Amino acid sequence: MQLKHRQIAGLLSAATCSLLCTPAQAEEGEWDVDSAILYYAEDNDRVQAIEPVISGRKDLGDEEAVSFKLVIDSLTGASATGAVPSTQVQTFTTPSGDSTYTVAPNETPLDDTFLDTRVAFSMNWEKPLDRNNRRNYGFNVSREYDFTSISANALWQHDANQKNTTYSYGANLEFDQIDPVGGVPEPGSSMDDQMKGANSDSRNIIDLLFGVTQVIDRSSLFQINLSLSEADGYMTDPYKLVSVVDATSGEPIDQLFESRPDSRSRQSLYGKYKKTLGNDDVFTASYRYMTDDWGVDSNTFDFTYRLKFNQGYFLQPRLRLYDQSAADFYAYFLVDGESLPGDVSADYRLGEMEATTVGIKFGREYDQQHSWSFRLEQYVQTGESSPSEAIGQLRNQDLYPDVTAIIAQFNYSFVF
Amino acid sequence: MKARYQWLIVCLLLTTSACSSLGVKPWERDILSREDMLMDADALDLAFDEHIYFSKEASSGGQGFAGGGCGCN
Repeated sequence: MQLKHRQIAGLLSAATCSLLCTPAQAEEGEWDVDSAILYYAEDNDRVQAIEPVISGRKDLGDEEAVSFKLVIDSLTGASATGAVPSTQVQTFTTPSGDSTYTVAPNETPLDDTFLDTRVAFSMNWEKPLDRNNRRNYGFNVSREYDFTSISANALWQHDANQKNTTYSYGANLEFDQIDPVGGVPEPGSSMDDQMKGANSDSRNIIDLLFGVTQVIDRSSLFQINLSLSEADGYMTDPYKLVSVVDATSGEPIDQLFESRPDSRSRQSLYGKYKKTLGNDDVFTASYRYMTDDWGVDSNTFDFTYRLKFNQGYFLQPRLRLYDQSAADFYAYFLVDGESLPGDVSADYRLGEMEATTVGIKFGREYDQQHSWSFRLEQYVQTGESSPSEAIGQLRNQDLYPDVTAIIAQFNYSFVF
Repeated sequence: MKARYQWLIVCLLLTTSACSSLGVKPWERDILSREDMLMDADALDLAFDEHIYFSKEASSGGQGFAGGGCGCN
């Protein structure tokens, strides 16, 4: 009964937001360890990443636990700068300002000097206050050569209705510092002028989360979260460009550093439903609606179905569907002679797009002590390649190339 | 200001909508306590996904905090 009670507590404490809240399988004093390695590769020599991770959770007894997670990722490849293709060879200055690279005619400009290694560490402490209340504190730090992020969060959870309903109230404070290679570019200035100011800039983010998790019956439950996020400070990507093109030919005649608003307010509504079916199979469906004051509205649907087989084997197909509207200040390019907008970005991630992920996961759970799994997914992102505002030679160019990526991941979990 | 009131109303609805007729007795939680029925089952997958999709799309968070993310491309 004591074990069952801990499992129930594990369910409820994990029911909302902390990714570090792994289920309590380990006995008191033991470590529950999850490890994985991810390989992510985009086509056309774009971004590739290898990302090993290890996380551990130790049950300290009486429903108190500590956990940690360490992530290292190594990124290589080329990233789209936002500049448009041309019928001529184009020459760009690298972010450091020390050298140049060229882009062949009719090719999407990619910055192939992109190389990064990130180390991220997080810790969590969960402790019950009494029979129906728990608190959870977390701390995260992430460091890469041009970016540092530190955040701390607190979560309070309250059980009601014979522990069938859990209310969650959380807050997260984050501080990010950006140290762009070559300095912080003057937003809206020409790449040719290399107007770089301070060596670094920063932003602060406050997140609030309100959630309800409700048990429906013996085999199903759902969760609804409302999230609010306020960010203030440097939100611009210092490496992204916007082309200024000739009003007739459409040929780029200048490249400007992009400029984004210095604040962002986001709200999201998230729902998740889980149900066991048939032979202990598990169906999971989730939906997220997000909106922000940049003009981005998005919908995300995610479905998985875990098919159970003998001896602990399982197969889990997955489908994820995503769409977003463009930010108000998104533009494929600017036209020479027209007035410059206050903020502008040609970053494809802020454009109107749709994305689909299809994949499958296969694995085996031996017992409560260890398990392994492997997942393989394909991610395809599409946007409007031939927008109506294209002029001159741009009508013949792909102004929003598809991104196709392969995601492969191996997981191994054990207790010691 | 109006939008803020709308969110407040949604928030209040959330905290009052959990119906007391739903739920199970303590001895009926055998299925719900299974690891694959946890809301954060496959936690590392969720964390990887959050990182990947934050890097490729303009949205983040929902199940957890949105955060400011990284400088990734």
